[in-house]
Amino acid sequence: MQIIPKGSHIDFMAKRKIALVFSIVLIVFSILSLSIRGLNFGIDFTGGTLVEVGYAQPVELASIRETLGKVGFKEAVVQHFGTSRDVLVRVAPREGVAQDTIIDNVLEALRAGSTVEVELRRREFVGPQIGEELTEQGGLALLYALIGILFYVWLRFEYRFSIGSVIALAHDVIIALGVFSFWQFEFNLPVLAALLAIIGYSLNDTIVVFDRIRENFRKMRKGTTVDVMNTSINQTLARTLVTSFTTLLVLTALLVLGGEVIFGFALALIIGVVIGTYSSIYVASTSALYLGVSRADLMPVDKEKEKIDDRP
Amino acid sequence: MMNQYPLWKYLLILAVLGIGLLYAVPNLYGKDPAVLVSPIRAAELDNNVRIEIEDTIKKTGVIHLGMERINGKMMVRFSNSEDQLKASTALEAALTGRFVVAQSLAAATPNWLRVLNAKPMYLGLDLQGGIHFLMEVDMDAALVKEEERYIGDIKGQLREEKVRHIGVTRNQDAIRIRFRDAATRDRALDVLSSNQDITLSDEDNGKDYFVLARLTEAHIIEVKKFALQQNITTLRNRVNELGVAEPIIQKQGDSRIIVQLPGVQDPAQAKELLGATATLELRLVDDRNLNVQQYVSSGRVPAGTRLYKHRDGRPVLLSRRVILTGDYITHASSGFDQNSSTPAVFINLDDKGARRFSDFTKDHIKDQMAVVYIESKNETRIIDGKKTRVKRRIEEVINVATIQERLSKRFQISGLDSPAEAHNLAILLRAGALAAPMEIIEERTVGPSLGKDNIDQGFKSVMIGFVLVLIFMAIYYKLFGLVANLALTFNLVIIVALLSLLQATLTLPGIAGIVLTVGMAVDANVLIFERIREELGVGNSVQASIHAGYEKALSTIADANVTTLIAAIVLFSFGSGPVKGFAVTLSLGIMTSMFTAIMGTRGVINLIYGGKRVKSLSI
Repeated sequence: MQIIPKGSHIDFMAKRKIALVFSIVLIVFSILSLSIRGLNFGIDFTGGTLVEVGYAQPVELASIRETLGKVGFKEAVVQHFGTSRDVLVRVAPREGVAQDTIIDNVLEALRAGSTVEVELRRREFVGPQIGEELTEQGGLALLYALIGILFYVWLRFEYRFSIGSVIALAHDVIIALGVFSFWQFEFNLPVLAALLAIIGYSLNDTIVVFDRIRENFRKMRKGTTVDVMNTSINQTLARTLVTSFTTLLVLTALLVLGGEVIFGFALALIIGVVIGTYSSIYVASTSALYLGVSRADLMPVDKEKEKIDDRP
Repeated sequence: MMNQYPLWKYLLILAVLGIGLLYAVPNLYGKDPAVLVSPIRAAELDNNVRIEIEDTIKKTGVIHLGMERINGKMMVRFSNSEDQLKASTALEAALTGRFVVAQSLAAATPNWLRVLNAKPMYLGLDLQGGIHFLMEVDMDAALVKEEERYIGDIKGQLREEKVRHIGVTRNQDAIRIRFRDAATRDRALDVLSSNQDITLSDEDNGKDYFVLARLTEAHIIEVKKFALQQNITTLRNRVNELGVAEPIIQKQGDSRIIVQLPGVQDPAQAKELLGATATLELRLVDDRNLNVQQYVSSGRVPAGTRLYKHRDGRPVLLSRRVILTGDYITHASSGFDQNSSTPAVFINLDDKGARRFSDFTKDHIKDQMAVVYIESKNETRIIDGKKTRVKRRIEEVINVATIQERLSKRFQISGLDSPAEAHNLAILLRAGALAAPMEIIEERTVGPSLGKDNIDQGFKSVMIGFVLVLIFMAIYYKLFGLVANLALTFNLVIIVALLSLLQATLTLPGIAGIVLTVGMAVDANVLIFERIREELGVGNSVQASIHAGYEKALSTIADANVTTLIAAIVLFSFGSGPVKGFAVTLSLGIMTSMFTAIMGTRGVINLIYGGKRVKSLSI
């Protein structure tokens, strides 16, 4: 079975201007959303208190809010989590209170205010200092990953490819962040981990395309850079789509069955895989093209490679 | 001949598969009900205790499945929870005071696997439920304490050398000692220069003359290290009382301590225990102690005395008057008495303590002195259906020794039975109290029901995602797809085996990492198979196509995987807890998939097609 007919010749590069406009619109939109709405940071980053409880029967949120309001937690965020019996309460850090006692007080109030049994499912308290550190470390981690990749691709290919791939990665991360910002999905630690995994995944795709471009520069003595790129993308298209499809299969399983805790993580990865597939076709190659990559740039590397590749 | 593997490659693949299966198997066994016996304070779990446990269980008529030491604790497994309850009740009665007996669960790994050190995966707190605390040690407080100790020392030294000062103050910058004139100040500088841990400088404003003393950088680092270490030791002792099978107490960075208590469900209780305070008192043993049994039976004691219990169980009659409390102890270490070469504990007192101690001991040479260990903690108990906070105080004599001479700032307690006892006593003297206050800056508690849900949901999503991929590959690549599926299954087994072998923590994001590698592991095969199709498409022979497909895809696969690995490594070095778990499974998955998807599938493909005259491939 094949999804891409043999010898397909879709002229991807001809549509690169449309793709460019599309990407720019998405990025501008994402940056706008990020600056206006910002991200809905979870307590991993903001610090604060979270209590998840399971009630024996479905429960009204209004009555819980009232109960908590009476004991001084008016500003607590109360929501259902997964089912109508599970409730999640979040309280922001407070000045001048021993932070870790808030958690005990909230739980006590919930238990006192309920006629049915209240089971503790999860409670988290993150001090404000931790949140600050995480935000800083998270940003640094993204940066280090990008720099590490920049160097590796530079070493294995050429600097234009390296810049092209990093542009594609930044593109993916910004748009994924934009989606999280626009719909105000909670941005927590696992989501950050997912962003780093997106970097790895999207790059995986990009490298496969670049590898083929390099090989074809060597093989196809005729043809412009655009032709070579088009051929390479077409040749790798089946693989790109099949791999994305299998990855999406397992991610969808995770999204649907993995439970609330892992939902954001799976969602971030799904967004990343879709955007990453698109960007490895359009953004990475197009960027390298605009940066002026040509056959001559890859020749010295090729000669070395030929020796290695032609070993029996 | 094309596409044939040498024998050693097949043997290698089989060996990896065999070892992988072996170390993955323990995960199939469930858990046995068990009883965990953990020593408290200085009690030791030696062979005698082992025999005692055996005998106690035997008396109840219950047969246990095995006894095993883990981290200085004894885990006894049973076949059902009825036996477990019987045994734990009996053990609790027999061992109370020396050991904590708690009901627990232990991996039901059969003995032949235990011998090979094969264990099930170590589940993170989000999967098995439990409490995670991150505590920050207040280092400023530790330094203030140290500076205050130095103020005492400085005053003492100046007094001894008869150098008159007109006040010692401490501000954020330094300890400032004021003098009336420059000559006295210079003498003071001279006297104090013997202190290695402080740097001295002088300052004057025309009217007053100052010596400024600051802790050296090296000493500040040492004080912080010591505070962290001492707090960890104290926490370890306390956590033991919770009866947790595999607690994790380790430092993180320069000033933080991670405490993980798998299986513990009540965070409030854990906090109370960890926050307990302990101290020491030195008291004189009363002369009438010889007749102590008489007082025990009559229940009445002479005026001015009190009956204590020694740790080994015998009663001791002590004077009500406290010679010294643990607050004056600045340091304690174990070693050997220089004269008698018997094990001893060396204790340092601060200035004030030294003076009191010296005054007292000069009149009590040849008398006996006892060290009393006192621990107080708050506990929440349910009394008449209501939660009530109760203060609990434990007092026990941990050592009785004879005062040999007039004692002062540094003295030793000798005549201890063994170096181990000396060591334990030193730890207790040091670890009784926390070196510096601590604050909980992060708490994550996962209830047992959520932990179970997380495992169930995680397992289900892995299985369903996995099966979907298997079906797709079989349809899309036919026979080659089936071979890839074989490799994928093999890959999953190796990941589980490696996680079990390394005892790396499996977390929920870690499961997600496995799911993701399942998706990505097929990538290598997709790359190879698409190449083979291409080679066939341009009219190459079947054998040449297989060969070229694998060869050409290799560098692409390597490049693609190295870059993902870079991201995983960054994730590992930056991440904490759950995120680290994701990084671990992702990187393991990438590496194992390289082996299974390239070498594994090639081996099978070679077996099927290698060296045969084949017209077409099922791809």
